[in-house]
Amino acid sequence: MTAVTNVLLAGVGGQGTILAGKILAEVLRRKGHDVKLSEIHGMSQRGGSVVTYVRFGEKVFAPVVEQGEADFLLAFEKLEALRWAPFLRSQGGVVIVNDEIIQPLAVNLGQAAYPHDVVGRLQGPGRLVIVADGAAMAAQAGDTRTQNVALCGVLARQMVAALRGDWQAVIATMVPPKTVEANLAAFGLGWEAGGRVGQDQALLVGRSL
Amino acid sequence: MTEAAAALAPRVTVLLSGNEAVARGAWEAGVLVASAYPGTPSTEILENLAAMEGVSAEWAPNEKVAYETAFGGCLAGVRSLAAMKHVGVNVAADPLFTSVYTGVNGGLVLISADDPGMHSSQNEQDNRRYAPFARLPMLEPADSAEARDMATLAFQLSEDLGLPVMLRLTTRVSHSKSLVELGERRVPAPKAYRKDPAKYVMVPANARVRRVDLERRLERARAAAEASPLNRVEWASGSEHRAAGATSSAGAAGARHLGVITAGIAYQYAREALGDGASYFKVGMTYPLPIERIREFAAQVDDVLIVEELDPYMEEAIAAAGVRPRSGRPAVGKAVLPAIGELSPARVRRGAQLAGFLPGLPDPVAARADAGETAVVPEADPAPALPDRPPVLCPGCPHRAAFWVLRRLGAVITGDIGCYTLGAAPPLSAMDSCICMGASITVGHGFAKAQERLRALHAVGEANEANEANEADKADKADEANEADATGGDTPSKPVIAVIGDSTFFHSGITGLMNVVYNQSDVVTVVLDNRTTGMTGHQPNPGTGVTLQGVGAPVLQPEDIARALRVPFVEVVDPNDAAAFEDTLRRALGSGGPAVVVARAPCVLLRSVKPKKPYRVDAAACNACRACTRIGCPAIMFTGTRVEIDRSLCRGCAACVALCRQNAIREEGVDL
Repeated sequence: MTAVTNVLLAGVGGQGTILAGKILAEVLRRKGHDVKLSEIHGMSQRGGSVVTYVRFGEKVFAPVVEQGEADFLLAFEKLEALRWAPFLRSQGGVVIVNDEIIQPLAVNLGQAAYPHDVVGRLQGPGRLVIVADGAAMAAQAGDTRTQNVALCGVLARQMVAALRGDWQAVIATMVPPKTVEANLAAFGLGWEAGGRVGQDQALLVGRSL
Repeated sequence: MTEAAAALAPRVTVLLSGNEAVARGAWEAGVLVASAYPGTPSTEILENLAAMEGVSAEWAPNEKVAYETAFGGCLAGVRSLAAMKHVGVNVAADPLFTSVYTGVNGGLVLISADDPGMHSSQNEQDNRRYAPFARLPMLEPADSAEARDMATLAFQLSEDLGLPVMLRLTTRVSHSKSLVELGERRVPAPKAYRKDPAKYVMVPANARVRRVDLERRLERARAAAEASPLNRVEWASGSEHRAAGATSSAGAAGARHLGVITAGIAYQYAREALGDGASYFKVGMTYPLPIERIREFAAQVDDVLIVEELDPYMEEAIAAAGVRPRSGRPAVGKAVLPAIGELSPARVRRGAQLAGFLPGLPDPVAARADAGETAVVPEADPAPALPDRPPVLCPGCPHRAAFWVLRRLGAVITGDIGCYTLGAAPPLSAMDSCICMGASITVGHGFAKAQERLRALHAVGEANEANEANEADKADKADEANEADATGGDTPSKPVIAVIGDSTFFHSGITGLMNVVYNQSDVVTVVLDNRTTGMTGHQPNPGTGVTLQGVGAPVLQPEDIARALRVPFVEVVDPNDAAAFEDTLRRALGSGGPAVVVARAPCVLLRSVKPKKPYRVDAAACNACRACTRIGCPAIMFTGTRVEIDRSLCRGCAACVALCRQNAIREEGVDL
């Protein structure tokens, strides 16, 4: 069978994972790939754990990614990165994790502990773990709601699936008209940050120093 | 509103979800009347159709209304559809079962979007069973391109066969995007409407004739299934994954040791898992099943594996028809594949291994879970050691404020379907039951009637047996004791409060309320009126004053309906005002008869609702007692040493303020 690339976008309902997944899928479609995207709506929207699967290649059958098969994991929240990490390939894979903690209710109630050392636990053989400061990039872009597109920028640079201009063209048509400028700025910051990453090390990118 | 697929030009290839594709396909087929009640995973079908040119697209109050509206459109001679989630078909089942007797004039399509795995549902019933039960043809797409094609074909099939046609989707088809090449809209000439009581008036004498005619039409449907290009064979091109001991049969036509019979999303999983190591019979028209073509396929392979999600629907029919592969061994299905939850490529792989069709032995833990022997479903819980993140009521949600008061009353709270069902979860834990749409009021009524009878038994002192039953009941409930249990001694006299949302009240709460008045119970109905259909994403309803297509409509108020139903106690109150809400509830409970309290506060996610100033915790005054966290607000965070309010999440509802005995929660910028 022909190679299929598997991407997971994980986060908390309301963080904009669904739009990020749609942008990614549309970029890949325009590059001529067969693409499938799968997401779960409904109950999971209300602050629950959410995941979007994107698969692309010459021919894609199943719309879902399975454990041990993801090439890329873009996590909008640290606990969610850990939750979905078993979906990454046992060898290699790229994790981009937003430097953001959203405590689940059980933690707020003191009934469960938020996991320690998330970034350390994400490491694996041949795996690249990138910690990105989405909030800082979004703030610099002038709109705190552009975190998802800033993180897309980091992913875009790492995926090497399309040129910067390909992404910009799609973003401009898919975000609300009033937010195009801020979203493109956020994407640019993510793209630049994604280019400053070395190999096999946890890096913090996106924070303006 | 989701992207309007209609704005897109024909012959362009685009990424569409299954729901967007169904809307597009129906639109291209010239659908003129469409009705639905929102429900995950079906909601986007009507939202997309509403944005397309030339369609009457409506939110109905419930699915029965939606299906009957579509039937009316079909009777008038135009192509019509109704869309709903799987459990919605239960509500629409009454007209459905008789509409197959009458048959159609214009094409009529029922779209059922099932939810295997219960991502957003109270059950995972397999609605394919409805097709043979009600006797209507069924199509099952496996991706968005097929969803578009089948939505178009279904109307033609309906008119050709004189039967409504069911298009059965599942969550993974509805909510997955894949490539679709768009076509043009062609509205066929409407069928002439001709008064025909023998066909459309289903009194017994006419129905008996139509019952026989139905079998003739089904015979034609069987022939159509045998001839349909929607049912196709994909012969294997390679011979990988050969099972040890299987007879060699790889020839020019490819590997024929294993034939897989599959439909819907399960086809994708089977292709992913078994690749070119098997040949496939991909069933697109799943009722009537093309059983002769399946027999022919089976006769050309050594073994047959039936890969279908949920029930052994095809497996039973194939077994009943005596279909066997050329080895003579029986076809294998649910013996190795789970009948509970969603399938996946991994589950199909494990099933094929268990059956000996793939080399290797499956992971025993996962295989046992697949077989339903353990509660753990590995795919759904990849990292069980981590804290869960279930959906929660949003910060500022008026339902939270309402439940905080409701849970203090020591009442039995019968619940319903909507965002407010989340009030059943800890820490609010303010719900005793949730069955289906509208069941809060009716279940509450039955509970109250039972208590009435039990009290009567107590009163005449002949209730020794009833007492024992009551003791057992109390023991069961002992560990879930409410804060202020109002159970009065040995007498079963818990107050009963039915909690229902505005959209659910319009859906099927009104008849239940009528029953409370007619048969006189003291159930207090609380309508949590947040002015929208929240859980499914803010669809308008009869209380909002606007339709799906943005046209103004009269605003129907639950309190007006309650008064029209002669409910003696009807009041409207803002649940964010805890003292007023509690006072109203206590007076309603004390009124001794049917009562309705409309708790009116708009959903905070509505654009018209502007957040108030956020609150903060005065670190000096906070003693970290965490009393405020018991209200279950995501904006209130316990950091391990103290409590903080996330100002980016806080909507300023102030529901937490009264919980703090230290008076440490204050509006931003306000000090003592």
